[in-house]
Amino acid sequence: MSQVTVQLFASYAEAFGASHLKIALDPGSTVDDLVRCIRSLPAAGSLPASPRVAVNRKFASPDKLIGSGDEIALIPPVAGG
Amino acid sequence: MKRTAVVTRVINPAALIAEVTSVEVGAISVFLGTVRDTNDGRKVTGLDYSAYTSMAESELSGIADEAEARFGVHSLVVEHRVGELSLGEVSVAIVAAHQHREPAIECARFVIDEIKKRVPIWKREHYADGSRAWVDPTRATEATAL
Repeated sequence: MSQVTVQLFASYAEAFGASHLKIALDPGSTVDDLVRCIRSLPAAGSLPASPRVAVNRKFASPDKLIGSGDEIALIPPVAGG
Repeated sequence: MKRTAVVTRVINPAALIAEVTSVEVGAISVFLGTVRDTNDGRKVTGLDYSAYTSMAESELSGIADEAEARFGVHSLVVEHRVGELSLGEVSVAIVAAHQHREPAIECARFVIDEIKKRVPIWKREHYADGSRAWVDPTRATEATAL
């Protein structure tokens, strides 16, 4: 079991009332496992079914393995421009 | 030459044009995104943009690399502003210079389209009644997505 920090922004930070979450993951967990953990939290109701996740500042696929030192962020629908 | 940045100050389009101006180019294409006063039928009084800055800078740089490779532009400068913006202010500027007009215009279009898909920047609208809401383009109606 290891703990990862997940950065939150914009509407997601508002939904959780926090700028980051601490999530406990089993070794060998993937992005998909992380999303399932987050979606089980009480404040996760407004999240889409498959929110985008960035690992080390790049969009990550659901099967990407998460390492202990990774920089992880949950990315709301982008609205730049 | 390529430069991309997420900035908190006012964007000065004239300075960006000066940056790419060269006797080697015959076309400079400029795209400016500006803050408008209505969205989805609601009166907008201002905006604030926030970003996952380190990733936004790396995505912007990656988009510019792709644009340079794809269109062979002589130079490309992209700035996206974050923080509080007033109506009419410039939120994003893309300035692309090429020997010829078509790749310069196509390059600017490619960059804004990619920004809208994958740069982690978020926009919150401020309304006349004092409320604020994050813009979610995935929920936009066909009319507002145009």
